[in-house]
Amino acid sequence: MDPAHKARLDRDFSDLYRTHLRDVYSYAYYRIGNHHDAEDLTEQTFLQAYRHFERAQAESDGRPLRPWLIRIAHNLAANLYRDRSRRPQTPIDDTTVLRTTHTTEDLVEGRDELARILECIKELPDERREALIMRFALGMDNREIARAMGKSDGATKVLLHRAIKQLEEIVTAA
Amino acid sequence: MSQAAGGSVDIERMLRLALAPVEPPAALRLRVETTLQELTDLAVDELDAWELSSMRDPRNWARPVVATAVGATAGTALVLLRVRQQHRKRRAASHSPLDLAQRTLKAASAEARKLTRR
Repeated sequence: MDPAHKARLDRDFSDLYRTHLRDVYSYAYYRIGNHHDAEDLTEQTFLQAYRHFERAQAESDGRPLRPWLIRIAHNLAANLYRDRSRRPQTPIDDTTVLRTTHTTEDLVEGRDELARILECIKELPDERREALIMRFALGMDNREIARAMGKSDGATKVLLHRAIKQLEEIVTAA
Repeated sequence: MSQAAGGSVDIERMLRLALAPVEPPAALRLRVETTLQELTDLAVDELDAWELSSMRDPRNWARPVVATAVGATAGTALVLLRVRQQHRKRRAASHSPLDLAQRTLKAASAEARKLTRR
């Protein structure tokens, strides 16, 4: 590869990393359920992304690369579960609720309630849980989620609708 | 549990609160950036190695040869232009065609010297 071209790719990748580190880490954290594995998953995601960045950039045709990054994290997380043959062992720690910025109203509602929601989310099938993480933790729209999950826009819309409906039922029953 | 106006749980609002983005730890930032920096440094080393090896490879000599040829052509054109600009003055001063040719040659070599001195 022409080294000048490689240097340009490195700069672009550095921008991508700075812009989406928090997205990848948030996804990994909510997907896996503990900080230690989330850190490893985030690092592995960016290393793998670096290896395939040139091709991804060429094929993206100017579209945002966030879905591609999240897809890498999604595949790595699936491999992690397959290798360890387990569901998240450690409950999502309460520090998350404390470390995020909340309004006074939120604080009144209390973190117990939010922790309960997180527990209910864990009861959802993986695919539905992932769709909710992408929508609510990362703020991805239907099209982005569809690209990250390798689904059509329509199927993604249905998936999100069903995920919210099922979660609502779990929360109401809890 | 929070209730929406209609009495049902305002699940989307709760989801936004529960799934708030998580800031990556500073140690992770450092770890990933160090690894990426190492990869970038590797790219710079590759650049140096590529430049040296490319000069050893005769297939890559064409580029500097072409650059030299282009530079030489531009220089020659400049000399000719300057010599031509002073042609009328030399013709008036010369007393024979041979004298004019000698004056033109002198002017051309003087212009070429000026150009190479820059």
